[in-house]
Amino acid sequence: MKILVQAEDFDLGAEVDAMSRGRSDIGAIASFVGLARDMNEGSGVEAMTLEHYPGMTEKALAALVDEANARWALLDVTVIHRVGRLLPGDPIVLVVVASRHRGEAFAACEFIMDFLKTRAPFWKKEETPQGERWVDARSSDDAAAARWEKPGFRSGPTS
Amino acid sequence: MKLHVLYFARLRERFGVAEEALDFTGVTAADLVAHLQTRGGVWAEELAAGRAFRVAINQEIVTLDAVLPDSAEVAVFPPVTGG
Repeated sequence: MKILVQAEDFDLGAEVDAMSRGRSDIGAIASFVGLARDMNEGSGVEAMTLEHYPGMTEKALAALVDEANARWALLDVTVIHRVGRLLPGDPIVLVVVASRHRGEAFAACEFIMDFLKTRAPFWKKEETPQGERWVDARSSDDAAAARWEKPGFRSGPTS
Repeated sequence: MKLHVLYFARLRERFGVAEEALDFTGVTAADLVAHLQTRGGVWAEELAAGRAFRVAINQEIVTLDAVLPDSAEVAVFPPVTGG
């Protein structure tokens, strides 16, 4: 398991290589990359700044990965989340999950992102032509996380 | 009890404080929120019933009925928006 909170960019290919290098038990690696968009809530976004709660952030991310490990048979997980000032098109977050079969990797990758959105202490502030604004939490993110509470939801195919 | 209280993001900006040491006589997170509300102004406004905010005790998000341990690190912040 690798969890990083950093200002620097990340390299998806390098992270996938690092995860699979030297082992032959991995049958599937699923990944997610979240990017900064140039538009939100109907207005242009020129840049955003991500603030976090040092100490708690790393713990919250580790707890999410632990929970994913308890739900699925995973072989490795990497989560990298950037902080600081980002421009449209810049990568924000990376989740990479390795498992024997694709079902676990797909499901766990989505699960980690859904809970990261509602539990990990990051906050976005956008710079728009109308000035700066803090992004409000969206109820659709709560709904996305809540669906995992239903037992058996999307445990995924096993091959 | 003594508490170390942290504020983040929009609430840090509105309150004009990032962290403070508090000598506090209540028991739960709700008691602390009620205490902060008595400061009036933006404190009463942002922490009013029905406003969305989160409280963490020792870096874990809790519900307002959670009991505060002595010397706890308590954080008050808006719902998170990462990812």
